[in-house]
Amino acid sequence: MKGNEAIAHAVIRYGADGYFGYPITPQSEVLETLEELMPWETTGMVVLQAESEVAAINMVYGGAASGKAVMTSSSSPGISLKQEGISYIAASELPALILNVSRGGPGLGTIQPSQADYFQATKGGGHGDYHLIVLAPSTVQEMVDFVGLGFDLAFKHRTPAMILADGVVGQMMEKVVLPEQKPRRTDEEVRKQCPWACNGRIGGRKRNIISSLELESSRMEVINERLQARYAEIERTETRWEEIGTKDADYLIVAFGSIARIATKAKELAAEKGIKVGIVRPITLWPFPTEAVAKAAEGKKGILVVELNAGQMIQDVRLAVHDKMPVEHFGRLGGIIPSPEEVLNALENKIVNPKSEA
Amino acid sequence: MNLCDTMELEEIIREENKVYAVPELLDQSVHMHYCPGCSHGVVHKLISEVIAELGITDHTVGVSPVGCAVFAYNYIDVDWVEAAHGRAPAVATALNRLWPENVVFTYQGDGDMSAIGTAESIHAANRGENIVMVFVNNAIYGMTGGQMAPTTLIGQKTATTPYGRRVDLNGHPLEITNLMPLLDGTCYVTRQSVHTPAAARKTKACLKKAFENAIAKRGTSVVEVVATCNSGWKMSPEKANEWMAEHMFKVYPLGDLKDTTKEQ
Repeated sequence: MKGNEAIAHAVIRYGADGYFGYPITPQSEVLETLEELMPWETTGMVVLQAESEVAAINMVYGGAASGKAVMTSSSSPGISLKQEGISYIAASELPALILNVSRGGPGLGTIQPSQADYFQATKGGGHGDYHLIVLAPSTVQEMVDFVGLGFDLAFKHRTPAMILADGVVGQMMEKVVLPEQKPRRTDEEVRKQCPWACNGRIGGRKRNIISSLELESSRMEVINERLQARYAEIERTETRWEEIGTKDADYLIVAFGSIARIATKAKELAAEKGIKVGIVRPITLWPFPTEAVAKAAEGKKGILVVELNAGQMIQDVRLAVHDKMPVEHFGRLGGIIPSPEEVLNALENKIVNPKSEA
Repeated sequence: MNLCDTMELEEIIREENKVYAVPELLDQSVHMHYCPGCSHGVVHKLISEVIAELGITDHTVGVSPVGCAVFAYNYIDVDWVEAAHGRAPAVATALNRLWPENVVFTYQGDGDMSAIGTAESIHAANRGENIVMVFVNNAIYGMTGGQMAPTTLIGQKTATTPYGRRVDLNGHPLEITNLMPLLDGTCYVTRQSVHTPAAARKTKACLKKAFENAIAKRGTSVVEVVATCNSGWKMSPEKANEWMAEHMFKVYPLGDLKDTTKEQ
């Protein structure tokens, strides 16, 4: 099935409580599939088409504030609209899942696939010092798997998680194994798991307040320090990546999401020419697998970072390896997906046999 | 002869002699930040009384706005979610849909309801979310220092209309509550005030009806409270009440605008 349809099945099967969204290409199938599957009749999950992306993310904020497992999905221009709400969710220390099936920008851009939202997803996006846990699927199966993983991480760390997919993974059809249907948590289970949540002072408990406002600077600093400590813990424990043939390689390609598959094909083409290439595929874009990239890069002659953008993740790769070896970028813009041959050419021209600038 | 001349103080202060008490749900451990003379305190009191009288304290959730009432969560002793500016109805939508047995109300100012949150307010009401929207309209942005609101009157001076609001420059006062009865999702729309004890009692009855509608899942109830901001208006509390009665009630006349419970 399509990546976007798979997301809809996965979110129901996870036992999620609510989905709030607004149509935008190339991810409208998520909402369409959910409406078709009518989970409110089976698991009791709420599905609502909001009046805007802004309303949808604030519904997610409200749902998350009540302890429920809720998500939204959109694509790049819509994700920009959601940034205010995402900042509030992060600041209020709430778990939520946000899917971005990203498309080419800036502006209204194109409906074709792109990875140009890497900066927005990993460097904050909205205002303030915060991070999202960002998962980058490269297959439809990972789209499915990351719904559960994203929710689990969001609840474990009380922080929003984002699946940063692109139009390729969203629209592509692949065989998937769906997880077993999990029951939704009962209200009692929600109250037990989330004693901080706003869902009524049952039993006369003290009132809960979800707010990101603190006018007293010294207290606001403490809140920020708590968030930063959480991010440090996430960086320490939740970094995920995949390596293919990095040990025996002379060169590395670092790529995430759908383009990592094209890079893997380029690696095979390179091997036919006697060029030994290893692949590092960051799965968590934040926390970025800095140490893994640095370790994989040891002794390598050069690194090509392949992205469907003008060069974003390359900054994190350069920070990981410092200036120990050449790190170059190759990407296509505007929704164009390069062929494996183009990637191989770029590797040869930029890294293996770089032309003199003079 | 003074009563105190013949009775000890302890004899007077007794439960059976009590004629007034601060509502149980108004948290007495915190000092309210509202200016003396502000209408918010009275509205908070009425909401606190209604929630307690309806016996819904343990399953009521409030959504506070950005604006002077942002700290409502510090005062009324129920669960609260603080929304981004204008987004309270969207937040309330999810809170209620995911916990349909809970009673959810928003507390919104004129900026929240009729400027930045117009879309969320209209659409929540149009969907007929089973919530109460309390709309405190004081025709000015109090918290940010007295700038023009959509509901600011023509000729009214604010920090951003220092020579008075002009139609050609600033457009007309937005009577957003007048739009609400047109939406099929609303069951009850009323405009009240709290400038006299009688008006406050009337508003309390209206709030009670609105909360009863939410409990009975009749749709969206909108209770506008035409209110004073004596600090923002730069008037004494008494003068502000007079000015409101003289000028604001002409543009925002008090009374029910829609009540489907009467038809049933």
